[in-house]
Formats: sequence, C-alpha cells, structure tokens
Amino acid sequence: MIGNLDYATLQHLWWLICSIVGALFLFLTFVQGGQTLLWQVAKTDTEKALVINSLGRKWELTFTTLVLFGGALFAAFPKFYATSFGGAYWVWILILFTFIIQAVSYEYRKMPGNVLGEKGYELFLFINGSVGILLIGAAVGTFYTGSNFELSIYNFVKWTHPMRGLEAAFSLFNLSLGLFLVFNARTLGAMYLINNIDYTDVPEMETRLRQAAFKNFVISLPFLLYVLVSLLLMKGFGIVDDQGTIALVTRKYLGNLLANSWLLVFLLVGLVLVILGVFKTAKSDSTAGIWFGGLGTVLVGLTVLLLPAYNNTAFYPSKASLQSSLTIYNASSSPFTLTVMTYVAIAIPFVLAYVAYVWWLMDRKKLTVEEVVGHGY
Amino acid sequence: MIEHFDLSMVNWARAQFALTAMYHWIFVPLTLGITWIIAFYHSIYVKTGSEEWKRLTRFWMKLFGINFAIGVATGIILEFEFGTNWSNYSWMVGDIFGAPLAIEGLIAFFLEATFFAVMFFGWNRVSKRFHLFSTWMVAVGSNMSAVWILVANAWMQHPVGQAFNADTARFEMQSFSDVVFSPVAVSKFTHTTSASMLLASFFIISISSWYLLKKRHIQMAKRSIMVAAIFGLLSSGFVAFTGDEAAYEVAQNQPMKLAAIEGLYTGQHNAGVVALGLVNTNKKVGDKQDAFKFEIRVPGILSLLANRSFGSFVPGINDLVYGNARENIMGAAEKIKKGKLALAALDAYKKEMKKGNTIASKKSLATFNQNRDYLGYGFLSKPEAAVPSVGISFNAFHIMVFLGTLFPLVCLGFLYFSMKDVLLEKRWFLGLGTLMFFLSLIAHEAGWVVAEVGRQPWTIQNLLPVTVARSNLTTGTVQTTFFMFFVLFAILLIAEIRIMTKQINIGPEEN
Ligand code: HDD
Ligand code: HEM
Ligand code: HEM
Repeated sequence: MIGNLDYATLQHLWWLICSIVGALFLFLTFVQGGQTLLWQVAKTDTEKALVINSLGRKWELTFTTLVLFGGALFAAFPKFYATSFGGAYWVWILILFTFIIQAVSYEYRKMPGNVLGEKGYELFLFINGSVGILLIGAAVGTFYTGSNFELSIYNFVKWTHPMRGLEAAFSLFNLSLGLFLVFNARTLGAMYLINNIDYTDVPEMETRLRQAAFKNFVISLPFLLYVLVSLLLMKGFGIVDDQGTIALVTRKYLGNLLANSWLLVFLLVGLVLVILGVFKTAKSDSTAGIWFGGLGTVLVGLTVLLLPAYNNTAFYPSKASLQSSLTIYNASSSPFTLTVMTYVAIAIPFVLAYVAYVWWLMDRKKLTVEEVVGHGY
Repeated sequence: MIEHFDLSMVNWARAQFALTAMYHWIFVPLTLGITWIIAFYHSIYVKTGSEEWKRLTRFWMKLFGINFAIGVATGIILEFEFGTNWSNYSWMVGDIFGAPLAIEGLIAFFLEATFFAVMFFGWNRVSKRFHLFSTWMVAVGSNMSAVWILVANAWMQHPVGQAFNADTARFEMQSFSDVVFSPVAVSKFTHTTSASMLLASFFIISISSWYLLKKRHIQMAKRSIMVAAIFGLLSSGFVAFTGDEAAYEVAQNQPMKLAAIEGLYTGQHNAGVVALGLVNTNKKVGDKQDAFKFEIRVPGILSLLANRSFGSFVPGINDLVYGNARENIMGAAEKIKKGKLALAALDAYKKEMKKGNTIASKKSLATFNQNRDYLGYGFLSKPEAAVPSVGISFNAFHIMVFLGTLFPLVCLGFLYFSMKDVLLEKRWFLGLGTLMFFLSLIAHEAGWVVAEVGRQPWTIQNLLPVTVARSNLTTGTVQTTFFMFFVLFAILLIAEIRIMTKQINIGPEEN
C-alpha cells in the first residue's frame, strides 16, 4: 500500500510526521520548564533533589525527541535542513549550545570534583530552559514571518542578514511565540512535577507548584493572544499557480484554517485542554493536569506546525527572495526515499507504545524523599 | 556548482568536524563496549542474587553514566553540524544520507533513552527481570546507533545505491538495501564494535590494575581482570580479522587511501607493507624525493592484503594521479577532464531547460550522463589535489596496527599472570595495565583518522569534494564556533575526568 502513495501524499505525510515529532517535543519541554522553576519552587536541598531527580528521569526523552526532529527533517526535507541550519547559523548554534550544557548537568551536578560546582550546573539548566526554548520559538516563528535568504539555481544558500538567523528573535511575533513557549513549558513543568512527586514530606512545595502552574499560564496568555491574533490577520506566503510561484497572500493563515477546518478544531480543543489542565492543577488537588496540558500542547503545536505548510503554503518563506521560499513540494526528498522512510515510520507507534509503557511502569509509585536523598542525581 | 570557495573557511570547518567527532569518539566506544559488560554482570547478579555482583554492576553503571552524558552532549552537535557547516552536502546527499540518521534516532536513541532511565533508577521500581531486560536494551540500543551512523559513514566512503538526478542537481537514492548492506558498512560495523569491546575490556583492566597497585579491592580487581582479559583476547582477535577486511574494502574502493596509508608512490606487483618507517613530509606528488627517510618493507604482504593474492598489482599514488596505461588505470588528470565536461553539460542542460529548448537539453544531458561518474573530479583544481595527507594517513594507520598487534599479547600476559596468581608481584605489568585504556583510545582515534583523513579531498568519495560540501559562512564565523566548542569541551572534559577519577577512587562501595 505504502508503495503506491503518490509523491504529493508522501510529502504531506512526512510533514505531518515531522510535525507530530515537533509537537511531542513541545509537550516534553516540561523538562525545560521544570528546570527554570527550580529556584522558585524548591527552597531546600531536599526539595531541589526531588525536582532534579524527577526531571532527570525524563530529560533524555526530550533531548532524543529533538534529535529525532532534526533527523526526520534531514531525511524528509533535506533542503530545509541545509537552508535553515547552514543559513540561520547563529540561532541554531546557540540552541545547540544550550542543549549541550543541559546534557551533562543532571549527571554532574552533585558529583564530587565536578569543576563548575552545583550552582554552575543549575545555571546551565536554567539557560537551557529559558534561552533554549525562547530561540526554538523564534526559529519556529520564521515559518510565518519569513527569513532572509536566497538560493542559487543549485540551491546553495546565501543569508542576506548579517545576524545570520538571530535577527528572528527581534521580531515581535517570533519573540511572542518564543515567550509563549517558555511560559507554557513552565506551566507544563509545574503540572508534571505535581503529578510525579509524593508531597507528603514536602507539602509547601506542592502549594508553590500549583500556584506556579496558574501564574505561568496567566503570563503566557498575552503572548499567545498576540500570536493568534497576528496569525489571523497577517499576510502569508502562498503558492499561487501551478509553476509553484510564491506570492504574499492576504489573510493566508486564516484562509488555511478555514480550508482545513480540522486544524481549527485542533487549535480550539488544544487550548481548552490546556486551560482545563491548569485549572485542575491550580484549583483542585488533582494530579492529572499534565495529561490535559500535554495533549493540549500537542494539538496546539500540531496546528502551529501544519498551518504554514499545508494548503499550498511556503513553510520556510524567504523575505529576501520570494521565489527561493521552501515548500513541502520543493524541499522534500525523492519519492523513493520518502517511501522507504514511510516503511520505517511504521515503527513509530511501537516506539510510542514502549515509551508509554515504561513511563507508566516507572512512575506508578510517586517519587519520595527517601528515594532521592543520598541516591540518584 | 559553487562559483568560488573560501579555502580557509573549509579548513576551519574540517578542523571543527575533526574536533567534535574526535571528542565524541572519546566516549562512544566505551559506551558501546561497556554496556555489554554491565549487562553480563547484571545477569550474573539476577541469577545468583549476590550482593557482591550487585555492587559491581552498580559501580560500572555509575562510571558508564558519567561517560554517557558527555557522549550525548557531543553527539547532538555532530548531527546538526552536517546542516550548519556542510549545508550543501546536506542538500546534495540528504536524500540518501538523512535516512540512516533519522532511523538511528527513531530505532536506536529512543531505545537507549527510554531504558537508560530504567537501568539507573529501576532497582526498586520494576521487577528484577524487567530491570535486567532494560540493561540489555541499553546495550542493544547503543550498538544499534553504531549500525546506522556507520551505514551513513560507509556510504560516504563508498557511495552505492544512488544516482545523480540532473533535474534536481543532487544525488538520489536508488536502493536502500544496497546502502544498508554495503560490504563497507558491514566491515565498518564489525570492526568498530569489536574494537569498542576491546576498549571496554581495557577500561576494566586499567582500573583493576590501578586498584591492585594500590592494594585495594584486591579480590574484585583480580576477578575483573580475569573476565576482562578473556573478553579482550577474543575481541582483539576479532579486531585484527575485521581490520584486515576493512583494509581489503579500502583497497577495492578507495585505492588512493590505501596508497596513502602505506606511502606507496609507485605501484607494484608483489607490493610490500612498511613494517617500520619514517615518512618524508617534504615530499610532494610528482617530485623526485624519496617517500621515506627510512623504511623496512615486508614484500608481498600488501598485494595479499589488497587483492587477496601475492603477485597482484597495487596502484601507487603516482599511478592514480597521472594514470598507468599498462595496468589500465585512469589517472586523476583525465578524470578531471571528464568531470569538467560533466559540469559544463549540467550547466548547459539547466539553462536549456529553463529556455524550454528540449533538443539541445537532451544532447547536454547525454554528454552529462557519459561523464557523470567523474562529476566530483570536475571541481578539483589539479590532479595532485586528489591526494590525501600521506604523513598523517601513514602514521595513523601504523599506530593502529602496531597497537592492534600489541593488545592480544597484553591480554595473554594478564591471563597468564592471573592463572599463576602472581599479578600483585608484577608491578611493572600492572603499570602497563593502567595505561591500556589510553592506548586503546589512541588506536581508536587513529583508526578514524585513517578513515576520514585518508578519504580527503572527498566528503563523498569521487563525487563531492569538501570544498563543495561546505556552507556559505565566513572563516571568522566558523573560527568563532570552533573556539566556542573547544573551550566548552575542554571544560566538560576536565570535569568528566575529575568526576570519573573521584568515583574510581571511591570504588565499588555503597554510598
Ligand atoms: C582498539 C582499536 C582498534 C585497533 C586495535 C585496530 N583498529 Fe582499525 N579502526 C578502528 C579501531 C581499531 C576504528 C576506530 O574503530 C575504525 C575507524 C573507522 C572504522 O570503521 O573503524 C578503524 C578503521 C580501520 C581502517 C579504515 C577503514 C576505512 O577507511 O573506512 C582500516 C583499514 C583498519 N581499521 C585496519 C585495522 C588493522 C589492519 C588492524 C590491525 C590489527 C586494526 N585496524 C586495529
Ligand atoms: C566518531 C568518529 C569519527 C571521527 C573521530 C572522525 C574524524 C574526522 C576527521 C579527523 C575529519 C577531518 C578530516 C579532514 O578534513 O582531513 C572528519 C571529517 C568529516 N567526517 Fe568524520 N569522523 C568520525 C565519524 C564520522 C561519521 C560517522 C560521519 C558520517 C556519518 C562523519 C562525517 C564526516 C564529515 C561530513 C566530515 C567533513 C568533511 C570532510 O572533511 O570530509 N565522520 N571526521
Ligand atoms: C559523526 C557522526 C555522528 C553523529 C552525527 C552522531 C550523533 C549522535 C547524537 C545526536 C547523539 C546523542 C543521542 C541521544 O540523544 O541520546 C549521539 C550519541 C551516541 N553516538 Fe553518535 N554520532 C556520530 C558518530 C558516532 C559513531 C561513529 C558511533 C558509533 C559507531 C556513535 C555512537 C553513539 C552512541 C553509542 C551514542 C550514545 C551516547 C554515548 O555517546 O555514550 N556515534 N551521537
């Protein structure tokens, strides 16, 4: 069956797969959010140890999802990989940097002889959770606002802005998306920690976390609203004829939402779920908020990633040279590769299934003070 | 395809790749090997229920965890470096090269990431059997990641299963199974994983020897040495066997690399290997200087190694650069001519297609197809540019082979002294033992230098030279990130080493 899919279907399918991985990543940024909460919600060493150990059992998952997101884009849309990484150089390098320093921090923070001291590694975790997520948001924002590049007829990329990608962080729209992601991650982080830890011995931290979930959600709202309203009003980069010509189209993304009304459903259901999660966490003693918030984030994330690509839209538009813009049609791998990769993608449900199973198995019992003091990270 | 290129930017990007890859490789082989050993120890613990084995398992796990974290940190840069520094490469070969990387992420890294947490924190959370299963999955997962990244690398050494598409001006996949089951990939995987097993054995031998020198944990150290020496002996045999296979593949697919690693300028029948030699680094291709300041050659062996037959002809650097009509070898000079024809035809084809001139474009396409196997040579400035650094290739190869010959002897020594139970008296031998981990690391790094430097000037053998694979960056930018990574890695490496030695010093006690 897979062997018979036509090229355009494969291209849509692969953008969907990449978007799902990206959306799952956004959910998993609860790790990053939790990292930035550390100093606010954990006042004692015991509380700190609980937070770090709770997050420390998941950070690899988030990290690996990011790696897979990169790998999937490389395999399915190599022209995007080449253009964006080779062009918007500094954003990506800085994002990478914040993830390198994260990777060692959990393991090394408490170890004797770690050179940088406990505080040093905690700072690394904070930078990863704040700057890292902010820049990822800014980079995703360029799917809508466009970037400054030109492609030669051999698709060699030339960046036309001296800041090489960092300029993305100075657009109000991109910045808002980035800040929304940062505060959403913090909201998710608080909800995850509520779910994961046994608070009998540390009741104050529970109160602080439930409040944090609410506060961060409220702070994230204006950024979200700005992003959504701009999205509905802004011009977008559409494919306007059969030759693949790109032009600015008025209210393009509003048009996309209406054309693919299921996206509108995703967006609304997603937002409702996030709100539900926050209220469950803040206004009741439920620990299930993260599941609502998580699923909600995945749905919103999917909308954000699918909206600028489907319905004949350029997902990586160029402001400097409209016709250099990347679409899922001109940036994808060959039909052969996409077909092979689609067979491989059959593994995805299995991977998701065992990840979920192991998660359930490991987290049935809440994390206790006894388990982390003197053991673990 | 790229009008002009900035050589110093390319060289900095090469240096950066070398730096990051070599850092990554300080940690990865230990991960690949030691996860099996930990799984083995863990199995014994689950079988016997002995606290002693549990403590040992936890001890090696702890050291593994320290190593793993920094391995992961360095890996992510490499993956994105393909995009940042080698973006034209990513575009031109992404159709083929991206797939193994994506599969690696999906199949291997997730296995590792998921079960890693169970392995470390599952002691009281999951059943004993599931816990053991997880430890095995970590080993399987990490070695699976080796499969896919090595498939990708093998494809760069020997690009099979692809064809150049003139319309998109890039390489596209034709056969996935050719890419995955390429003999180069198979030999790379078997050689690398067995060499990693050897390195992990030496890691244990090094630490245990040090304990014996300090007269600490004597029972445990002796027992570990016995196990590790057996593992080491078996894997070093396998390393030599697969290394020979690797050399054979090099000879068949990358004759220039083979000539460079043996410093062979003039091709010979019955060619010999250099047992010991000092390369003359002033020598340039085409001049009259001697290749070596001195050398001891063992005749016939290289022909045997390269073609599995004593008398066979092994081409030298000169044959490959200037051609050798008698042996029917086309030189780089002629290949460059064909390559330039291919490039011009491709350019013409593109222009005619744009104008809608189908007849002319068909003609150009035909010319292109006749010459497309030499496409990459069209970018070379002169025939001599097809030669990698002979000094580096030769030295790296000979260091690796020398160590590869030494290692089984050391393992035998440890076995012999263990069986006679005189290890504690042989302090000099224990001293050598503590060094073994570092020596095997050197062999590993040398092996990669052979593989990667020997491939120069190509990123994709014969198809894509480094100068075309690059991104459009200034030298200063790449220099800046080079030093950023250098400083960060230096700090992290120092931290890692200090943490590791502290933990080794604490030893396998419960804390
Ligand atoms: C403990 C480490 C170790 C030891 C003792 C050896 N090797 Fe090795 N070798 C490696 C570790 C390694 C490696 C790091 O794993 C490499 C780098 C690339 C690769 O595929 O494996 C490698 C590559 C490599 C290559 C280059 C492959 C290529 O260019 O693609 C050749 C020809 C050999 N080896 C041959 C040998 C021979 C004849 C040995 C003699 C016993 C030997 N190796 C011992
Ligand atoms: C981890 C072990 C590895 C080490 C130590 C290593 C080492 C090196 C070195 C020394 C160079 C610079 C060569 C030169 O410019 O003279 C290099 C370049 C490069 N390597 Fe590797 N390498 C490793 C694995 C890989 C793998 C697995 C891949 C691909 C999947 C790869 C892809 C590249 C690329 C794209 C370059 C840059 C272009 C070039 O110089 O050809 N390397 N590597
Ligand atoms: C130069 C090309 C390479 C790239 C792009 C690369 C990429 C990566 C990435 C992204 C990670 C982090 C994975 C995670 O999220 O857990 C990683 C770790 C790892 N890589 Fe590499 N890698 C390269 C070379 C190699 C080679 C040649 C091997 C094995 C033969 C290898 C084996 C591993 C293993 C076992 C890990 C697990 C963590 C550890 O290092 O201890 N890598 N690599």
